[in-house]
Amino acid sequence: MNFDPRYSGRNFSSVGTRPIRPDGIDKVTGRARYGADFNMAGQLVGRILRSPHAHAVIKKIDTSKAEKLAGVKAVITAKDLPDLTDGDAAMYDILDNSMARKKALYDGHAVAAVAAIDARIARQALKLIEVDYEVLPHVTDVDEAAHHHAPLINDQIFTEGLEEKPAKPSNVTKRTQFGHGDVHKGFAQADFIVERSFKTEQTHQGYIEPHACVASVNPDGTADLWVCTQGHFVYRQHCAQLLGLEASKLRVTSSEIGGGFGGKTHVWAEPVALALSRKAGRPVKLVMTRDEVFRASGPTSATSIDVKIGAKKDGTITAAEATLRYSCGPYPGSWAEIGAMTAFACYKLENVKTVGYEVLVNRPKTAAYRAPSAPMAAFAVESAVDELAHELGMNAVDFRIKNAAQEGTRASYGPVYGPIGIGPTLEAAKNHPHMKAPLKMNQGRGMACGFWFNFGGQTCTDLNIGMDGSVSLAVGTVDVGGSRASLSLVAAEELGIDYSQVKAIVADTSSLGYNDMTDGSRGTFSSSMATISAARNAIKVLRDRAAQMWDIPVDDVTWEKGHAIAKGEKYGNLSPLSLKDIAAKSGTTGGPIAGHSELVADGAGVSFATHICDIEVDPETGATRVIRYTVVQDAGKAVHPTYVEGQYQGGAAQGIGWALNEEYIYGKDGRLQNPGFLDYRIPVCSDLPMIDTQILEIPNPNHPYGVRGVGETSIVPPLAAIANAVSNAVGVRMTHIPMSPPRILAALDAEREG
Amino acid sequence: MVEVTLWGSLSAVAGGKSRHEVEAKDIRELFRKLAEQYPGIEPWIDRGIAVAIDGTIYRDTWSKELPKDAEIFLLPRLAGG
Amino acid sequence: MAGVAVSTTINGDAVEYLCQPDETLLDVLRDRLGLTGAKEGCGTGDCGACSVIVDGRLVCSCLVLGAEAEGRKVETIEGMAHGDQLHPLQQKFLEHAALQCGICTPGFLIAAKDLLAKNPSPTEEEIRFGLAGNLCRCTGYDKIVRAVQDAAEVMKGA
Repeated sequence: MNFDPRYSGRNFSSVGTRPIRPDGIDKVTGRARYGADFNMAGQLVGRILRSPHAHAVIKKIDTSKAEKLAGVKAVITAKDLPDLTDGDAAMYDILDNSMARKKALYDGHAVAAVAAIDARIARQALKLIEVDYEVLPHVTDVDEAAHHHAPLINDQIFTEGLEEKPAKPSNVTKRTQFGHGDVHKGFAQADFIVERSFKTEQTHQGYIEPHACVASVNPDGTADLWVCTQGHFVYRQHCAQLLGLEASKLRVTSSEIGGGFGGKTHVWAEPVALALSRKAGRPVKLVMTRDEVFRASGPTSATSIDVKIGAKKDGTITAAEATLRYSCGPYPGSWAEIGAMTAFACYKLENVKTVGYEVLVNRPKTAAYRAPSAPMAAFAVESAVDELAHELGMNAVDFRIKNAAQEGTRASYGPVYGPIGIGPTLEAAKNHPHMKAPLKMNQGRGMACGFWFNFGGQTCTDLNIGMDGSVSLAVGTVDVGGSRASLSLVAAEELGIDYSQVKAIVADTSSLGYNDMTDGSRGTFSSSMATISAARNAIKVLRDRAAQMWDIPVDDVTWEKGHAIAKGEKYGNLSPLSLKDIAAKSGTTGGPIAGHSELVADGAGVSFATHICDIEVDPETGATRVIRYTVVQDAGKAVHPTYVEGQYQGGAAQGIGWALNEEYIYGKDGRLQNPGFLDYRIPVCSDLPMIDTQILEIPNPNHPYGVRGVGETSIVPPLAAIANAVSNAVGVRMTHIPMSPPRILAALDAEREG
Repeated sequence: MVEVTLWGSLSAVAGGKSRHEVEAKDIRELFRKLAEQYPGIEPWIDRGIAVAIDGTIYRDTWSKELPKDAEIFLLPRLAGG
Repeated sequence: MAGVAVSTTINGDAVEYLCQPDETLLDVLRDRLGLTGAKEGCGTGDCGACSVIVDGRLVCSCLVLGAEAEGRKVETIEGMAHGDQLHPLQQKFLEHAALQCGICTPGFLIAAKDLLAKNPSPTEEEIRFGLAGNLCRCTGYDKIVRAVQDAAEVMKGA
């Protein structure tokens, strides 16, 4: 493969326009098929029995009564999912999370499952399964779990990353450290130092579509899985490994996906559905209830973070330090590590040190949620940065501009930055009319910055040209928010044809080579790179076919604006051949015309954003209202600007919910008390104002069109921006997310009592 | 010869040193040479290490060449949402 | 359990079905009639993804029993377009990119149709409160509100 991914400045004709998405009609007419909208002949209903205990040994499971119930076709426990992980600890954890093997590790942990002819019988069958639990002490709070006297969740885990090997097991699975310089020296040079501790509560991605799949396993070892997922190829690998199937014999089709935000990057119920189908010998449809989605899938980490930042009188930061504790659920993860890497990524720091601790708790296994781990770290750091600016008597934006990272800055996580957009987003925010708009009583303005890495990854794309000259584009990255539109634009751009001539689909795992999942803001970045490469390969074929039609050497044929051109005066009599002309003759010039691409898209380019918001606080009740909100973010190049705006707005809205409302509330019994949308309240339409967006385009040097990922960064600044706004409105520093009315009132009362 | 910097936790399995001089033309050779010298690194490579070359992060392109005067930094391979 | 025989009208067509007494209208629509445009996001009336209109009233079909549709007129997303002519709300949702994943879209369209039937010239605030029973996690609602505003203008002109 000699594809050159480097940026080349060019004028675009399709990229940057805003056409209607190809999957739009199906979605406004109710025809689009999501996870639960698919059925197979003879299909059974699967349901899962879940632990009511936060921590318990499973002594015995008696399924005999359930098995005898008329209409029940299969009952399974962990015994039906034997351990085939062969020492792969991460896969073992996925297996154990799908179906508890020895211990139930959180309220909602799956312990058994049934497949029956209808939902009512399946529900009855669950009640007939007898589980004998030995309830153990549990711990759900991240700080309590990190204590040496906390109940141990896994006695085989000893803290990694310590200088001396620990003698005793611990809920702290890993310590990681990043930074450079000498923070002690740096703090000694500081005139002002701010030091604070912050907490954030656990939230859920809150996709409106619950996890759903239809699994069908045949006696010959072939199988089909229809599922809502962010990565059907990854689901295939995981399910095949856990079930002992051959990957190529398991065809996974990704349905339309009703939101994922990182929550649909991991398998949960799918291995269970496959195991049920295998045992019953019939297809099984398994759809989670909302209660199950909250109790057993998703959530992000709860965190506890200490931050210390020092600066000179002139506003130069001399040192910055953070200690970050992130909950992982009951299995090891690397969530604090990401927090430790991203915490100070916006700033130019000579002396910086971050330390992350991964902490096990009796809560569901932490899953990625949009720029995972970064929003909490940014909340703590950006709150402290704001407070330090106040102490210095500097404007919060100017203080950030003074210390912003730039090309050549050593990032707090290690490497030196190339061209980056933090400075321009800050300048744009400073000059935005929002910054100068007047505020009323009880209103406060806040701003904050955010960073995310953005990823690329393995990508495979097929571009097939029909005999009528229309183009079908098959991609392997799931479309979570309009990427079929942007990828069609890219194909049209590269081929020089109209957007309406291209139809993009997401192909199943048997139709296309492996693709990493749609995560890390990689969908449009990676698949557009593969689409460009596939289109360029197709153009080579098109030129060759035109040369045949003209009977001239292929080197004399160029491709311009959707046409083959015979170059040189000697061909003056040859009119250009359109893609359609060439396609019409393809049957006799060598058969079907296609371009393929298999590549690793790397160099996604880091992304920065600055958000501004105005919040009104009712000092009597602690209730808050978002008055105005502005997002400024670097997109590299916005392929379909409307959907880029959509990503900015959506991330901001999720951040607003996280900042003000959303949290997992556990009782003393270790049970989740609010597993529903009534009590776990995500922002509704009347909670929000319009969300203004400003797209900056600082080209990514590692993409032909300059594209960066745009999906995740927008959720990073809101927690801090809102906390700063609330703090400015009420004159009290808010240190605990979410800033629900009771917390704001408590902070105000504490201040009044002095 | 390129100079490579390892993040904190990885230094611990590489003789406690964060900076290493390695004779390597691309990422694949870099990983191989490091693993030869410090066998403890191998499981980390299997789990995933990203390589930042002049600030650009490469996660899977092991054929990526390492320019002589480039800034090379090893990072954990991360998950996204 | 014996089934209940129900005669009803769905999107203008006479429909008859048998359902269990404890079966929701949403389950009947999706599982018995193949009308999967209404989605189950919560099953508790909190998300609005299953919105339908029954006798001119906006309801969550997950909170209505299938048996309760007897003798009523039910409107679902599948009946919103007239043949190949999209409803102005459907058209404006497309033009404004008022959907990302699209799972909430049928519910929003039904709720917005009900809102505009009752209030053809809503203010932004009236739209926001009128649609507060429908959850969207992708868009931040900005483009949804704009699409409804634009559709209201078009419908007034029609």
